[in-house]
Amino acid sequence: MLQPFKRYVEIGRVAFVTYGKEYGRLVVIVDVIDQNRALVDSPEMVRGQINFKRLSLTDIKIDIPRVPKKKTLIDAMETADVKNKWENSSWGRKLIVQKRRASLNDFDRFKVMLAKIKRGGAIRQELAKLKKADVA
Amino acid sequence: METRTVSAARVYDYINVACVDHESARNVVCGAALFVSGSMGNFRFHQYQVVGRALPTETEEHPKIYRMKLWATNEVRAKSKFWYFLRKLKKVKKSNGQVLAINEIFERKPTKIKNYGVWLRYQSRTGYHNMYKEYRDTTLNGAVEQMYNEMASRHRVRQHCIQIIKTATIPSKLCKRESTKQFHDSKIKFPLVFKKVRPPSRKLKTTYKASRPNLFK
Repeated sequence: MLQPFKRYVEIGRVAFVTYGKEYGRLVVIVDVIDQNRALVDSPEMVRGQINFKRLSLTDIKIDIPRVPKKKTLIDAMETADVKNKWENSSWGRKLIVQKRRASLNDFDRFKVMLAKIKRGGAIRQELAKLKKADVA
Repeated sequence: METRTVSAARVYDYINVACVDHESARNVVCGAALFVSGSMGNFRFHQYQVVGRALPTETEEHPKIYRMKLWATNEVRAKSKFWYFLRKLKKVKKSNGQVLAINEIFERKPTKIKNYGVWLRYQSRTGYHNMYKEYRDTTLNGAVEQMYNEMASRHRVRQHCIQIIKTATIPSKLCKRESTKQFHDSKIKFPLVFKKVRPPSRKLKTTYKASRPNLFK
């Protein structure tokens, strides 16, 4: 059944904060205040309200009652294995790569340059071999 | 020469005047230091408790002490509002009265979502009207701020033309407005229909984008 929307705002939905002081944090929607705001919670922060405009919903959803205690929330996040699911998802992996790239120092960037050249060389060698095989 | 000491112990006839909040009347300063952005933002309107009385005279040694809870942007304005309301209710002015205490009232449970009912009296272009409005918010200051914003946008009523008669937290069963009642659902679920693509900080804002943004999901 084709549903136009796959990710819903619901209690237990994991969301990614895309604006503001909390940028980059994964939070769990714990309750809905009104049309524009949700009460969110995360193991490292005090429960607070946030506007939906600052959130990006993810595919991950955990099973929690409405407004759970911090401990219940942390346990639910452990059982649902949110951290691993996030880091293995394509979105999560992209963020990790971005962070790594941003934290490179000059020597690392030099190493990256050499690695890229090496990789390019290997690809071109293979391509040349294939071209030769094609011609023959 | 008698020294006029008004200590906290000698509080006779403590009468609440208007603006009685059904929530706890005690001043609780929010203890937790680490507040994340979001809930406890900067409120334009702060709730103050102002306590005052007329100055004691020869005929009236211990005048009645009155307490008011009101909203103002700062303490100075709160005191001014206190005298404004008290003048309308009792025969006392700022010149022959004294403010005994002014304390800011903070939200007791800013992480709990509550339904607030606000009763207000406002002046429109044609006369005075009463209104009852409901808001869903985590803090009373937030709800009051919502109220002022809504009155300004919906009715073009400015801040100084609004008097808050009463505020209260309303249990979900007694809410009257459909717009608040629609969120009283423990299994609430809705999609975010329009996703506005926004750079994570204003510094990264650009006029032109390389590719069309994905507004879906």
